[in-house]
Amino acid sequence: MPEENKGNANNGKSEGLLKRVTTGVKEDLESLKTDLPAKAKEQVEILSKPTKTQVYTSIFRHKHDDTPRNRALGVLSNVFLHLHPAKINRDAVRYSYTWGMGGITFYLFFVLTLTGVLLMFYYHPSKVQAFRDVLYLEHDVPYGKLLRNMHRWAAHLMVIAVELHMFRVFLTGSYKKPREFNWTVGVILLVLTLLLSFTGYLLPDDQLGFWAVTVGTNMARATPLLGHEGPFGSQLGMTPYNDVRFGLLGGSIVDANALLRSYIWHCIGIPIIASVFMMVHFWRVRKDGGISGPAPVVLDSEIKEAKK
Amino acid sequence: MDWKQLWEILSAADNVPIIAMIPLLAFYMYLAWKQAHANDVLIEQLAGDAALAKTHHRKSWPFRPGWQKEVHVWPFLLRVEFLAAIIVTIILMIWSITLNAPLEEPANPNLTMNPAKAPWYFLGLQEMLVYFDPWIAGVVMPTLIIIGLMVIPYIDTNPLGAGYYTWKQRKFAIGTFLFGFVILWVSMIFIGTFIRGPGWQWFWPGQNWDHNRLIYEVNRDLPDLFGITSNWAKGIFGAVVVGGYFAIGGMIVNGLFRRSNPKDYKRMSLLQYSIMMTFFLTMVGLPIKMLLRLLFHIKYVWITPWFNV
Repeated sequence: MPEENKGNANNGKSEGLLKRVTTGVKEDLESLKTDLPAKAKEQVEILSKPTKTQVYTSIFRHKHDDTPRNRALGVLSNVFLHLHPAKINRDAVRYSYTWGMGGITFYLFFVLTLTGVLLMFYYHPSKVQAFRDVLYLEHDVPYGKLLRNMHRWAAHLMVIAVELHMFRVFLTGSYKKPREFNWTVGVILLVLTLLLSFTGYLLPDDQLGFWAVTVGTNMARATPLLGHEGPFGSQLGMTPYNDVRFGLLGGSIVDANALLRSYIWHCIGIPIIASVFMMVHFWRVRKDGGISGPAPVVLDSEIKEAKK
Repeated sequence: MDWKQLWEILSAADNVPIIAMIPLLAFYMYLAWKQAHANDVLIEQLAGDAALAKTHHRKSWPFRPGWQKEVHVWPFLLRVEFLAAIIVTIILMIWSITLNAPLEEPANPNLTMNPAKAPWYFLGLQEMLVYFDPWIAGVVMPTLIIIGLMVIPYIDTNPLGAGYYTWKQRKFAIGTFLFGFVILWVSMIFIGTFIRGPGWQWFWPGQNWDHNRLIYEVNRDLPDLFGITSNWAKGIFGAVVVGGYFAIGGMIVNGLFRRSNPKDYKRMSLLQYSIMMTFFLTMVGLPIKMLLRLLFHIKYVWITPWFNV
């Protein structure tokens, strides 16, 4: 409308503009009177079925109807649950068979990560502050004592759960073909669990942790070839200042460097390594055909001997 | 009987997990035994009845025609998992509210704790320090335990018992594992926690942990008992004894194994068999060395200028 634009530039026609604006506003108000109730009604109808909204369908990629298909999709299309298959052997959910110890271990790892991160907010890995931070946690931080207790007991419980998990897997012969490799990954995870717990032991910087770690790392002195007190160690030029124990502690005694090293291994190093092994472990459980059983019993007479 | 002492040890916060572990282990061993027994009965029944073996669903749990063989993970598995998470959380909460994590005095390198104990799960290894030099107890043994556990799937050639509890089909494997896990690992932790007091001396439960107690123990080396004095002779003698243990022990285990597990014996390759033998004999050597020390006060068997066994 080039004509009108030209006119607008002219002050003499400003009255016409005002008129047009007022009629326009009136028109808008009129339409609101009818449109608003209609739209509101429409909106209420949409919101009364939240599962049909765009936000919902963008998050949950399928319907929530109680059908077998949707039950399966609920597991398969969820990033946290898709570790599971859609369906499993009806006996595999029996607690008496699985003991649930693998899952409990993983859950405890999760609890430990959570409480551990919260503890890290209050803790400095330095000789000056470490012990005071623990006192501060115990006496001043809201729920600090509960937090520390929970981290400690969850760690002990995790060691027990890991050992019981291994016990169950052994007793059901679940390491047998094709799951051999996953058993060895599990053994590594057992070792990492113990190391995680052990590196955390020093962190309060109290007598208990200090002497436990002193006793523990003194063993490293005696490492064959690599420790200065171990067999053939001194012949290979090992001294207290260059052997494997020195590398572990960052010094020849358990001191500030040992505290820092154990803090970093405890909070960053080993958790990352353990997470990688856990990913492999869970992945292999699925790839090796899910959990081993409960399988139908096999009779000795049914085994066909492989020809050599 | 010093009840206060006993209570102090039993109620030490860090010892609670061990006390908790014993009933837990007993419960799960019972659970496993119950199912293993039921399966063994079923196996025997099926082995004696070929017709039944063809039609039976082969589990000691009921299964009726018409029942679906598979169930949906949601809700049948996930509800168990969520329930387990909730129960564990409640246990942890109650435990954390009622029992405080231990905190001793600030670390002081000039004040040695007596007894200075490792965390409870390493006490089995610390107990080994009594019987072996640190390089064996602290380095070689943990390494052997880890490698030994890792090789299990590759040396256990028995195809039976995969995916169900059984005892009769896997007597040797399960017996060995129970020996290693329950007898050696768990009971050594138990000894290290509850029996070992100041100076790492042996205190029976209820005995007062006397810090001034002295024990005049004369530990001798095996070569000394035979009057061997020269270093060369000691080294050779020890090598012969240790080698002899592996040779004679190997012959005995071999004789027993090939008679009791003829099929596994046939299935195993030379490498598998020798690895199994090495780990088995090393594991059995552990309590033998312990008994030599506890009963006959023998410290070393094999003495060389570089290492002692």
